Amino acid sequence: MADKKIVDGRGSFCPGPLMELIVALKASQIGDELEVLSTDKGSASDIPEWLNKVGHEYISTTESEGVWHINLRKSK
Amino acid sequence: MKILIVGGGMGGTILANNLARRLTNEMKSGKARITMLSASDKHMYQPGLLYLAVGRITPDELYRDQASLLEPGINFHVDPVEEFMMDNNQVKTKSGKIFDYDIMVIATGSRMFPEGIPGMVEAAETFYTEESALKMFKRLHSFEGGKVLITVGVPHKCPMAPLEITFMLHDYFKDRGILDKVQLHYTYPIGRVHSLENVAKWAAPEMDKLGIKYDTFFNIKEVDGANKVVRSEEGVELGYDLLINIPVHKGMEVLEKNGMGANGWIPTNRTKLNMEGRTNVFVCGDTTNIPISKAGSTAHFEADTLGENIAAMVKMGTPVREYDGKVFCFIEAGKDRATYAMFDYKNPPDPKAPTKAVHWFKMAYNKLYWVSARGLL
Repeated sequence: MADKKIVDGRGSFCPGPLMELIVALKASQIGDELEVLSTDKGSASDIPEWLNKVGHEYISTTESEGVWHINLRKSK
Repeated sequence: MKILIVGGGMGGTILANNLARRLTNEMKSGKARITMLSASDKHMYQPGLLYLAVGRITPDELYRDQASLLEPGINFHVDPVEEFMMDNNQVKTKSGKIFDYDIMVIATGSRMFPEGIPGMVEAAETFYTEESALKMFKRLHSFEGGKVLITVGVPHKCPMAPLEITFMLHDYFKDRGILDKVQLHYTYPIGRVHSLENVAKWAAPEMDKLGIKYDTFFNIKEVDGANKVVRSEEGVELGYDLLINIPVHKGMEVLEKNGMGANGWIPTNRTKLNMEGRTNVFVCGDTTNIPISKAGSTAHFEADTLGENIAAMVKMGTPVREYDGKVFCFIEAGKDRATYAMFDYKNPPDPKAPTKAVHWFKMAYNKLYWVSARGLL
C-alpha cells in the first residue's frame, strides 16, 4: 500500500474537490488511503455521500482553520 | 536570456506575444530571445468545436496560420519536443535538434482520452477534435428521434461544455421540429448538475423548464454498445439511442513519457506557476495539475501573469505578481441566450440569468479570439 495521497482541492470551485478526488481515485490502487483538503464546507457532506454510493470506505472528517480534511480508502 | 515556449496553443501564443511586446528592446539588443516550439503550423480556436458539432460554423473558421499570430522576432518552429532534459536546461525535438533555455514555459495543452472508458470510442459522439465534431454533426443531422444521453468524464476540458451542448442540442432539435420525438437526458459526476454550485442552481431549473431529464452522481464505468446502455460506478444503468460524451482528458503523452507528471499533468505551484521543484520552468493552461478549470480563459490569465513575471525576471531578476486563480467562462444556454461565470481561488461565481446580449458578445468573441491570441485583448 502506498503512502497516504493528499488531494489538494483548496480554493477549487471548478472542478471542485469531489471531482479532484474522482480523478485521484482512478490513479490509485485498492487499499490506498487518500486525504482530501477542501475549503468548501459542502465537501464534508458531498464527499462521504458519494463514497457511500460508490462503495469506497469513508474514514473521517476534521476541520482546521477553514480547511476540511476528509480521509478515505479506495475499496474497489 | 533564452526563453523557450513549448506549445503553440492559446496559452503559449498569448504568452509569447505578451513577452515580445514587453521585451522589444531586450530582443533588439540580443539580451532576450523568444523561441516557440509547436506540433503544428496551424492554430485552432478550440471553443469553436462546440458550434461545429451543431452545424453553426464550418471547419475553416476554426484555423489561422500560427506564424501569422506571432509578433515579429519570435522564433517559431514546427518541431515538437520529444525529450525534456531539465537538469541541463535543454529539450530535444522530433527533428533531433537540441534547444537550450534559461527559462522554459510548458503549455502543451490536453487531449481527449475516451479510450479510458471501455466501449466509449465505438459508441459515443463527441466534439473535442475537428474530426469528431464533424462526425457528431453528421450523426445529429440524420437523427430522427429517441433518447439522447449526455455523459461526462473526469477530468475534462471546458467545464461549461456539458451544459452548453445539452442546451444547444435542445435548440437544435427544436429548430429541426423533432423536439417532441427527442428525450434529452443529462448526467453529471457529482451531486448536482454542475461543479459550480451557483451555476448548478441556475442550470437545474432551466433543465426542468425545458423538459431535460438529469441524473447526478453518475460516473461512467463502461458502455455496452451492443445493448445501448451506459453503466456507472454508482451502479446505475441508463439506455440511449444517441450517446454524447464529454470525454475524459489527459495531458500530452510526451509529458507522461518524460515522467513530468501523472497522466500528463505537471505538478505546478498554484500562484507562482512554476513546475514544482524547478525555478526556471513554468507551466501554463491545461498542462498544470492545479485544481481549477481546464479552459481557454485559465490559460489566458495564467499567460498574462507569466508574461509580466518573466519580463520582470529578464529586466530585474525577479517575478512581480502571483496568479489569483482567475477563470472566466461563457455559458451558452441555447442557440441565442448565454450567461457567464467568473471566479478565482477565493471568490465563487454568481452567474446571472442568460440574455441575448451575452450570447451575441460570445459570438463576437469567437471572432475577437484572434485578437486575443495576439495578446491584444
